[in-house]
Amino acid sequence: MPQLEFHTFVPQLVWLVIVFAYLYVMMSRVALPRVATVLEERRDRIADDLDQAAQFQRQTEEAIEAYEKALAEARAKAHDIAQETRDRLHEETERQRLAIEARLAEKIAAAEKQIAATKDAALQNVRAVAVDVADAIIAQLLGDADRSATERAVDTELK
Amino acid sequence: MSVENAEHGGGGFAIDPMHQFEIKTLFPMQFGSIDASFTNSSLFMVIAAALLTLLMLVGINRRAMVPGRLQSIVELSYEFIANMLRDNVGSAGLRFFPFVFTLFMFILALNLLGMVPYAFTVTSHIIVTFALAFFIFIGVTILGFAVHGFGFFKFFVPHGVPAYLLPLVVPIEVVSYLTRPISLSVRLFANMMAGHTVLKVFAGFVIALGAFGYLPGLLPLAFMVALTGLEVLVAALQAYVFAILTCIYLNDALHMH
Repeated sequence: MPQLEFHTFVPQLVWLVIVFAYLYVMMSRVALPRVATVLEERRDRIADDLDQAAQFQRQTEEAIEAYEKALAEARAKAHDIAQETRDRLHEETERQRLAIEARLAEKIAAAEKQIAATKDAALQNVRAVAVDVADAIIAQLLGDADRSATERAVDTELK
Repeated sequence: MSVENAEHGGGGFAIDPMHQFEIKTLFPMQFGSIDASFTNSSLFMVIAAALLTLLMLVGINRRAMVPGRLQSIVELSYEFIANMLRDNVGSAGLRFFPFVFTLFMFILALNLLGMVPYAFTVTSHIIVTFALAFFIFIGVTILGFAVHGFGFFKFFVPHGVPAYLLPLVVPIEVVSYLTRPISLSVRLFANMMAGHTVLKVFAGFVIALGAFGYLPGLLPLAFMVALTGLEVLVAALQAYVFAILTCIYLNDALHMH
């Protein structure tokens, strides 16, 4: 068994010590500090980036908040304007309605007055015609007519 | 796993599955009385170290904010071990991060390199895994006494055990603590050696049964393909197990359970 050939032990040990010592120094002095630096730089960079991302997120949230506030304000303002317009229009309509109603009432009154006048006039004409007709009939029937007596009789009948 | 077989095993179909673990001296070297010969084991340790250096330095070279493939591998391994330490030891364990990271990457690289055909598996040698495990054991024990002083001996006296059981429990705890380097090293070494041996045995079957036609040879080959997938998994898993046990031992030393 070559593993138990004792004369090979010393050279193996000597070279093991040399190579392991070299590797240890190379790793601990040169290689591992470099790896550690690279890893640390990356960790820092990632932490920085995360910080920045968090800051951006905060800014975004603020912007959204401001936007929502502005939106709410605009909405309230729009509501106010709409209400105001509605009120104003309502008021104006009311005023115009009242004016028109007043004008119409005036016209109705004038018309009624005219109707009454016309009716009076018509009635007056009816009396005159009745008197004339009655007078004529009496004159035809009796040959003579008392105009004032006929007028009286027509007036009594017309009442 | 090495597939060269014709030159060894006396020709024919007889294959020595242990031959792949042989240590071959490439350049004989001597420091004083110490034999520091550059062997095939040393070669693959150096290759692993070179590949890891390349991976780590090229991978992180661009320092990209969005990592590419190579940088992702580097960063994922970094995070993987860092999380393993944090979860198992806590923030106090991060002091040992470079050590655990080096340990994990080194063992992983050696294990995976071993899966390359013709490559040598450094971690299939008990002396290498034992040296690593023993170093961890000694280090963790020193750490335990440094943090808790003699109070670290209380580690061997579990909470809530009736007093009359202590004569039984304490020796068990001591033995289990002392056998940690053995279990840690044998687990890795045995897994690597067994996997590669089995692969080699099946490779031998491919040749032996292939002599009777294509179909008998294909069957062990299919097994080999499946086993190779399994061995890659084992290679990664054993590196993970070694690293996580190191974390657990560190946690024991720092926090006493």
